[in-house]
Amino acid sequence: MSPNGQAEPRDPHADGRPRMRAVVGSTRVEEEIFGRVFDGKVVRRLWTFVAPYKGRVRIAVGAVLVFTLSQLLIPLLIRYAIDYGMAPGAPGWLLAGIVALFALVIAVNYGASLLQERITGQVAENVLFDIRRKMFGHLQHVSLTFMDQTEVGRLMSRLQGDVNSMQEFLETSVQSVGDIALLIGIVAVMLWLDWQLALLVLMVLPILLVVRVLWLARARSAFMAAHEANSVTNGALSEAIHGVRAIQATRREGLNAELYAELTERTWRSQLRASRLAQVMIPIVDTLTGIAMAVVVVAGGLMVVSGRIEVGAMVAFLFYIQRFFDPIRSLTMQYSVMQRAMASGHRLTEVLDVEVDVEDAPDAVALGPQDDASVEFRGVTFGYDPAHPVLKDVSFSVASGERVALVGPTGSGKSSSISLIHRFYDVQDGSVRVGGHDVRDVTQESLGRHIAMVLQEPYLFTGTVMENIRYSSHWASDTDVTEAAKAVGAHDFVEAMPLGYDTLLDERGSNLSLGQRQLLSFARALAADARILVLDEATANIDSYTELQIQKALQKLLEGRTGLVIAHRLATIRNADRIVVLQQGVKIEEGDHDALMARQGLYSKLFTLNHASFDDIAEDLDEEERKVAT
Amino acid sequence: MTRHQEAAADTRMEFRRTAAVDRQAGLGAIARITRMCFRYPWRAGLAMAATLPAVCMQLAIPVILGRAVDQTLAMDSDDPDLRALTLIALTLLVVSILRGVFTLVQNYAAESVGHALAKDLREAIYDKIQRLPFSFHDRTHSGDLITVGMLDLEGVRMYFSTALVRTLLLTLLIGIGAVMLLRTDAILGLLALSFVPFAAWRSSVMQLTLRRTWLILQEKLGVLSQKMEENLAGIRVVRAFAAQDHEMARFDASSREALEYSHQRIDVRVRSTSAMTLAFFAAMGLVLLYGGRQVAAGEITVGTLATFLTFMTILQMPVRQLGLMVNGYARASTCGSRLFQLMDAPVEIADVGGARDLEITEGTLRLDNVGFAYREQGAGPVVSGISFEARRGETIGILGAPGAGKTSLMQLLPRFYDVTEGAITIDGQDIRDVTLSSVRQAVAIVQQDSFLFTTSIENNIAYASPFADDRRIRGVADSAQLHDYVLGLPQQYSTVVGERGVSLSGGQRQRLSIARTLMAEPAVLIFDDSTAAIDAGTESRIRAALRDHGKGCVTLIVAHRLASLKHADRILFMQDGRIVEHGTHAELLALGGRYKALHDLQMNPEPDVLEQEASR
Repeated sequence: MSPNGQAEPRDPHADGRPRMRAVVGSTRVEEEIFGRVFDGKVVRRLWTFVAPYKGRVRIAVGAVLVFTLSQLLIPLLIRYAIDYGMAPGAPGWLLAGIVALFALVIAVNYGASLLQERITGQVAENVLFDIRRKMFGHLQHVSLTFMDQTEVGRLMSRLQGDVNSMQEFLETSVQSVGDIALLIGIVAVMLWLDWQLALLVLMVLPILLVVRVLWLARARSAFMAAHEANSVTNGALSEAIHGVRAIQATRREGLNAELYAELTERTWRSQLRASRLAQVMIPIVDTLTGIAMAVVVVAGGLMVVSGRIEVGAMVAFLFYIQRFFDPIRSLTMQYSVMQRAMASGHRLTEVLDVEVDVEDAPDAVALGPQDDASVEFRGVTFGYDPAHPVLKDVSFSVASGERVALVGPTGSGKSSSISLIHRFYDVQDGSVRVGGHDVRDVTQESLGRHIAMVLQEPYLFTGTVMENIRYSSHWASDTDVTEAAKAVGAHDFVEAMPLGYDTLLDERGSNLSLGQRQLLSFARALAADARILVLDEATANIDSYTELQIQKALQKLLEGRTGLVIAHRLATIRNADRIVVLQQGVKIEEGDHDALMARQGLYSKLFTLNHASFDDIAEDLDEEERKVAT
Repeated sequence: MTRHQEAAADTRMEFRRTAAVDRQAGLGAIARITRMCFRYPWRAGLAMAATLPAVCMQLAIPVILGRAVDQTLAMDSDDPDLRALTLIALTLLVVSILRGVFTLVQNYAAESVGHALAKDLREAIYDKIQRLPFSFHDRTHSGDLITVGMLDLEGVRMYFSTALVRTLLLTLLIGIGAVMLLRTDAILGLLALSFVPFAAWRSSVMQLTLRRTWLILQEKLGVLSQKMEENLAGIRVVRAFAAQDHEMARFDASSREALEYSHQRIDVRVRSTSAMTLAFFAAMGLVLLYGGRQVAAGEITVGTLATFLTFMTILQMPVRQLGLMVNGYARASTCGSRLFQLMDAPVEIADVGGARDLEITEGTLRLDNVGFAYREQGAGPVVSGISFEARRGETIGILGAPGAGKTSLMQLLPRFYDVTEGAITIDGQDIRDVTLSSVRQAVAIVQQDSFLFTTSIENNIAYASPFADDRRIRGVADSAQLHDYVLGLPQQYSTVVGERGVSLSGGQRQRLSIARTLMAEPAVLIFDDSTAAIDAGTESRIRAALRDHGKGCVTLIVAHRLASLKHADRILFMQDGRIVEHGTHAELLALGGRYKALHDLQMNPEPDVLEQEASR
């Protein structure tokens, strides 16, 4: 690059012709919505979640069958009432008796429906929460490599969308048992009433099935198109809301509105198409119902006249005809539900199967007060991708109570080192020892208690200030928390907030400034009261006043503790007992400030350039070295 | 900025709350949505018009069936009147087909009214949101706007088909049906209709309860998903504190609460639906008992009884869904009033009548005794008594502690907010008197938060000038020290960034934001603390590259690093909304005031200096 920044790259597309580079919203790559109808592996996995509720599921299925039976009985009872109870000369008690029976049947129907719907709904809901809990719990332990590579949004859609479609599947599955029973029941009763008339009527059934299947394929693509168009449009709206300040600053309001109108147009068209397809089934079903009823009127009527069947049977036929389209409709719907559930189930299984690669050893011991607060790297080699280690044979140690600064250019492996102390990852070679134990031999829980960690980006949770500082240190009293806040100089601004320590923080603490968030994360580490403090100093350039506060807080935080700090600031480095200099995963220098200055190596170069931040110069230096090399 | 954000946080709930409670506004909203539906008179008219024949066909079926039964019973077994029977069957078939067709027309026309309304409202909402001033967006939570644009829109869209047309349908169906039945046999008719009031009441109560509890459940699930999301995004913190058990406990608490609530809802639903079914069948039993006696006594025919029974089955579904209609109104009233609240929000910053475009001649920016206060809660002025002038080619540095009013001042220049006192002029023209668009073309700002649109890097850079050529885009990217980084990406300038694309670091985002602003060739160029995440080395290279850009305009730089400012022609030191020191770097050092103190602090950050500074 030329120094004045005017160097022009060669670009094959630069033909000088202006083209509009403007879009709103983005076409998202939708995940597979429909899978195979039946996936044995998924179903088996799902069953492990349903199994604990086996007893209740049995009751629900039983209740569905009773419910279906009672529904089948109702037209039959009407038939008997007409044919026998109302027959001329029939005794009055006969009709009353049949109606009493009717009352009994509807009472059973009521009970069964109550039981079935409640159990199904609750079990499905329980299973949903169980699956979600299992997944969430699993994600707490899976390898950080997986978490680094997976977007949070993607995991959230596993935990929400996919889990919900499993619930829908479970709920409708029990319903399907009822639908199938009802369909079989209606056919059986009709055949029993009069098999010839039944066969005539049932001729419409295959027609309906064929039409329905043909329709389903088209309707589904139309529904999906509408759904997708809608989500793209909504995506564009959400972008406009979040980016409104940038939009107004760049005066894109007018153009964006035009582009958005194209999206709404597309959504509108696809929704109309979906709506047409949804409605078109109505006249088809009505026509088929009409045909079936007409058949009963003519053929059934003649049969009644000829005395082959009674008029009550004809009425019962008419009732059944009006019922048997319902189960067919919900069964074909169930087909889509199952496909969707299998696709979701497959993705859920994938998450549940992600390996947990850092686990407590079976004979892991707990680090406790008896162990010292030392940290040691013994010939550590480590890479996220084993073929490309980011740390190569690194050895250094931090004695109890000592303060060591890790220094080095971006990409030198500083952050990876501190991840290893906490056993976020396991080393490839060598060992990391804390308190004299290999971190692989101690429990992760006790390691977490032994070490407090402050990450570069302060991360706060929704909740009160008090909850955030205490976090998982449940042993800390309210006084401990306020003491910690006072020690790092956060107390004053916390007290100045409307509700003090009970003030609710917004998402990620967005109602606080960066410096304030940093101080709170210091307070959190202090409240944890661990013997070793590992800290990744923030690189962000904050104003000097806040900077000053943070520096002071840092000193407080390190008091009486073993400290390992990834340092960027001169002041922090100067305060360390010893400095370890890393470059490209290799330890190149180690010693106190004077010794390193005397060595005239990388550290002294970094120091002599005397910028406010160590990383910055490192980049400059790299560049200078590159220039020298070329 | 912080104070301002706090004020915004306190008022942001207002938008949500007020809409939900106001009954008057709800009724007004329903009336307004109804009027809007008839902006599509053909479709709306068709939907309404098709309802009557659809209902009539629906009601004809039980009558025809009853006739068929009676005809059958009346026929002579030796000489069956096949013609009469066939005629009835054919009528039945034709009526069934017509019922289907009219229902299709009615449903489709009704839904198309909804879709058309949604399309127009979507565009209006989008346009409105884009034009509402910063102050509106400060006090409105973005999540609430998304709710309006997506969920509330849906509530309004469904109004015509689920509420209005359904009301007509149910009125006609129950009304005409009742007249028919009661005229045939008053007592039997009353028995057949006896389940209607109970089912209608139960269904309405159920839907309203479900709706109310649904909102609460969503809130509980929202809390749960927020906890999950935070946990996953902050997984390193969780693991650093070995807080997995703590997190599971938090999860379980929220999860259990949502689950229990959800079970209650199932209960409400199940009880009501089962009770409605029972009521229906009980009415049927009564019709059977009483009607059966009538038949036995020869008062009515079997066909008439069949008519009554079939009519009941036809009426059952619509009556059970009456709650959906009630819900349709309830939903439209809350959704509608929230939506209209947004649509009616005043656009306070807009062109005055007959405003002309800003004319740039000398390119001189002038602030005259400028003061500004955020209106919320009568907060005091954040900026006051600011006067200065800057000419083309000049660079002004602005400095001060957080909360000194630097950002607020900068946001006045592109007229993101209007001054509450004094005036800002460019070449003698008050920026409030010329068109907004021309002001924002002339005043370009790199904002503190750099927003990335989900599109390619080149589209992001060319955001303000979509017709720019590649050469120019690469040029500004180079000036912003972004070019080399982009070349290293798999798809270079076509790489999609933003929410669903490659994520950029804070520094890269800021550099992209700088490149985007450099595209504008403005008269006034503002950098509002826009290099905070960029390291000092890169920043100095950007500064060098910008020297050419700076010649044609006034440059204003807000920064914390003195190195970023010390070459400025003039430096303004702000405190509590006022300029307390100004001059060149050398002058200010000589002055020995606050600037000097800050300078010492940054140049020599030794612990002892820190101590001294702290005690100052």
